[in-house]
Amino acid sequence: MARIDLQHLRHSYLTNPVRDEDYALKEVHYTWDDGGAYALLGPSGCGKTTLLNIISGLLRSSEGKILFDGKDVTELQPEGRNIAQVFQFPVVYDTMSVHDNLAFPLRNRGVAADEVERRVSETLDMLDLKKWADKKAKGLTADVKQKISLGRGMVRSDVNAILFDEPLTVIDPHLKWQLRSQLKLLHKQFGHTMVYVTHDQTEALTFADKVVVMFEGEIVQIGTPEELFERPSHTFVGYFIGSPGMNVLPVDIKGITAKIGETRFDLSGVPNLKPGVRTDLGIRPEFITLGEKGIPVSIQKVEDIGHQKIVRAAIEGMDIAVVIDEDASIPADPHVVFDPRRVNIYANDWRVEMEG
Amino acid sequence: MGKTQNNKAWFFVLPVLLIVLLNAVVPLMTVVNYSVQETFGNNLFFFEGVKWFREVLSSERFQDSLLRQFAFTGIILLIEIPLGVVIALSMPKSGIWASVCLVLMSLPLLIPWNVVGAMWNIFALPDIGLLGYGLNALGFDYNFTRQAFSAWFTVILMDVWHWTSLVVLLAYAGLRSIDDSYYQAARIDGASRWAVFRYIQLPNLKHVLTLAFLLRFIDSFMVYTEPFVLTGGGPGNTTTFLSIDLVKTALGEFNLGSAGAMSLIYFLMTLLVCWVFYTFTMKGEES
Amino acid sequence: MLELRNVSKRVGEEMHIRDVSLKFESGTINVLLGPTLSGKTSLMRLMAGLDRPTAGEVWVDGKNVTGVAVQKRNVAMVYQQFINYPTLTVYENIASPLRLSGVSKTEIDAAVKKAAKLMKIEEFLDRTPLALSGGQQQRTALARAVVKSAGLVLLDEPLANLDYKLREELREELPKIFAESGTVFVYATTEPEEALLLGGNAATLNEGRVTQFAKTVDVFRHPVDIITAQTFSNPPMNIIEVKKTNNAFHLNDGAQIAVPKGHWSLPDATYTIGFRAHHLSTKKQTGSTETKPLDGVVNITEITGSESFVHVKYGNRNWVMIARGVHNYDPGDAIGLYIDIRYLMVFDEEGKLIRSVTEQQAA
Repeated sequence: MARIDLQHLRHSYLTNPVRDEDYALKEVHYTWDDGGAYALLGPSGCGKTTLLNIISGLLRSSEGKILFDGKDVTELQPEGRNIAQVFQFPVVYDTMSVHDNLAFPLRNRGVAADEVERRVSETLDMLDLKKWADKKAKGLTADVKQKISLGRGMVRSDVNAILFDEPLTVIDPHLKWQLRSQLKLLHKQFGHTMVYVTHDQTEALTFADKVVVMFEGEIVQIGTPEELFERPSHTFVGYFIGSPGMNVLPVDIKGITAKIGETRFDLSGVPNLKPGVRTDLGIRPEFITLGEKGIPVSIQKVEDIGHQKIVRAAIEGMDIAVVIDEDASIPADPHVVFDPRRVNIYANDWRVEMEG
Repeated sequence: MGKTQNNKAWFFVLPVLLIVLLNAVVPLMTVVNYSVQETFGNNLFFFEGVKWFREVLSSERFQDSLLRQFAFTGIILLIEIPLGVVIALSMPKSGIWASVCLVLMSLPLLIPWNVVGAMWNIFALPDIGLLGYGLNALGFDYNFTRQAFSAWFTVILMDVWHWTSLVVLLAYAGLRSIDDSYYQAARIDGASRWAVFRYIQLPNLKHVLTLAFLLRFIDSFMVYTEPFVLTGGGPGNTTTFLSIDLVKTALGEFNLGSAGAMSLIYFLMTLLVCWVFYTFTMKGEES
Repeated sequence: MLELRNVSKRVGEEMHIRDVSLKFESGTINVLLGPTLSGKTSLMRLMAGLDRPTAGEVWVDGKNVTGVAVQKRNVAMVYQQFINYPTLTVYENIASPLRLSGVSKTEIDAAVKKAAKLMKIEEFLDRTPLALSGGQQQRTALARAVVKSAGLVLLDEPLANLDYKLREELREELPKIFAESGTVFVYATTEPEEALLLGGNAATLNEGRVTQFAKTVDVFRHPVDIITAQTFSNPPMNIIEVKKTNNAFHLNDGAQIAVPKGHWSLPDATYTIGFRAHHLSTKKQTGSTETKPLDGVVNITEITGSESFVHVKYGNRNWVMIARGVHNYDPGDAIGLYIDIRYLMVFDEEGKLIRSVTEQQAA
């Protein structure tokens, strides 16, 4: 287990990168704590897999350094970094038994036979794999295979970090719930440093202590699930996290007063704005109340998704989504009220603080 | 998975069935016919039962050429399969050099068999051929038309040159189908080069190598043109393989009965080996 | 209209589809919901005519088409993998089914542009599919299916390989696109939320059998049995066996749950009750008569920022509670649980749902 320092990392797949756009990964400079659970979240092509491969050593970054517990590992190959990785599609050694799959990384490193047995047996218990121990890995289901991949990492006592590359892609929804919570429990019990790459917000948010949201090669926000949900620092984070995403509406702001279309209302404070910037108001569908008072809206569609309803509505032609309870009813003359404490103001897409 | 249900498809298969009937089943039946009869010319035939089979199986000449045949097939399989895999493993994975290698590898496969034989014949001549002259210049006493060992050495070298490429191409295709994440996982698990081969590459090559083995077995077991053009079965009978012997018996000596019996024994042996090998590998697949 | 009449499919010794009867009206979207290997793809292949059923008949618009090859039916299919002609431009990809049927050039042009606009890929018409993102590639495949104005469009988990957010966008758009044509749409998915977002009708599949077919929301709210309820629950539905005496369900540990009014008339016996994660909470429902919570133990808590997924153990049962907001329970914490009995489902010994008196009257 190790602390991971990412120092001024940049990466380009081109040989002679010049402009900023040439970099698949723009400057990353962070420290990730020992024993932390981090998720790299973003759409495809955002650079999350590039960053993961730089950490695992499969890719050498064009610039910058990477340190494990203060030791420079930038030049080391994956086998020298003592990391483990679980891939999108299960990777198991088909011809070996489950037991031998777990023993493989230890035997490769010349660990003594009785120590191998002890560690493998412990890991089989940890992951509930005992009943398959003597089976060939080939015929097993995808969820068991993913556990075997994880086991090959957990079996090593010297592992610095366990990396996950969209590990639940091929798993059915019900089993996802089981595997996800089991993984979380393992992290709580054994405290490995874990890095989890995904485009699925639910997986990222439920797994990680800190979620790293990436967009176009840049880290736009690192925060706890709560921070990302309540105070997204960029409109992209607001859109990408939450389902449906945050409503973003163009707004005019004078002091404490916000004006959307022709409707005026007061904010909880005065946003710290520089003149001449484009301003937007961000409000989550969960923090809008549908009722008889407030801003008038026209309702276009109500989607009943079982445990709640999503109301698609419009304020003066601008689309918004509102989430209401499954048994809530729609008022005849619908209006909405934004919870003022949950309103975020954005200047050129970046969140600004409010005063007072 | 299932297929579209349409019985009309059988009509399209009919011509093929007809052709197979004409060019395989009918000649085979003629051979069966010859193998159980005796003739003294004038198109007069007498039924002889299994006399020819008994005679052929107990003849030393047949046993010798059969032994030579197995020795040849065994040796070239032992060389070509591992060599093919090694070459495939060391070829570049992508880029321009991968294409160049593939083209170079396919070249020997494109040359007609009798040309291969003629080429090697000249190549190996001790007085003017590059190989023959070179070996003698290096101090080896080499003459494939006179020495049995030299003849065998040349025949095997020629077959390896001609056919290893086939194994290479099959193995290369098999290797390319392995997902990159397997190699990455193996690096992370600290696997040695040998372990990667043993636990990732070899299991994935199983199917193509079965195919390569069968193709090479059948082809080499029936090999005729190349050794015939190169050595004519000599010196003496030292490189007379089954097929060469068969042609000698049938056309040289016009001994139709024993040639017919030989052909059938030959055919059944090939079939048996293929069947045994196929069921054996497929069985391993299920468990 | 597409109708399956007692269709079965056996492959070797295995039954892939068991006696399925379904009727899909034109202009509807029909979701096939079930886990991997429940028979969704097998069923679609039978509908398309790619496979012939071992027993039963397939009818399209009042004609028996059992055994008619797929080429002779007017069917379009979209797969989980993005399948396009790699060397053709997006325009030619979309136009390809029309070219085969000999439509005039101007008509093709109009149809392609309309489909491209619908799928929001107008600006990529000149590119080849491999130069596009996954989402755009799948939009191309969808456009090709729509342009054909096929009588039957089959979509086999078309969004499974796309990013979460792209899925969300397409899920919202697809019902609108479907609504505009008079086609029968069949959509296979493993995800209950996806079924609900698409709306329409849903057939739940389990081991080759259709367990229920009705309006999607109705299947979700009133599943006919436990298997259907489980298939249509994400997270899995919480269940437990109870003994009813008078107006209380008794649990093994002596705890009690009030019987919902509509079930007061049920005979006293053993039942299985089920409730979804959203209907389990740490707060007592207003107006509830329960006095004591159920004593659970927290396994693990997952927090999304808007909701908390609390995995709890009650007796030997594993349950999930979903609560609004952030609630950080540690593993091993004791937790008092209340079930919102308004949403309680009661199943008999065979696992069949027992409708409450009020529901029976409504139905």
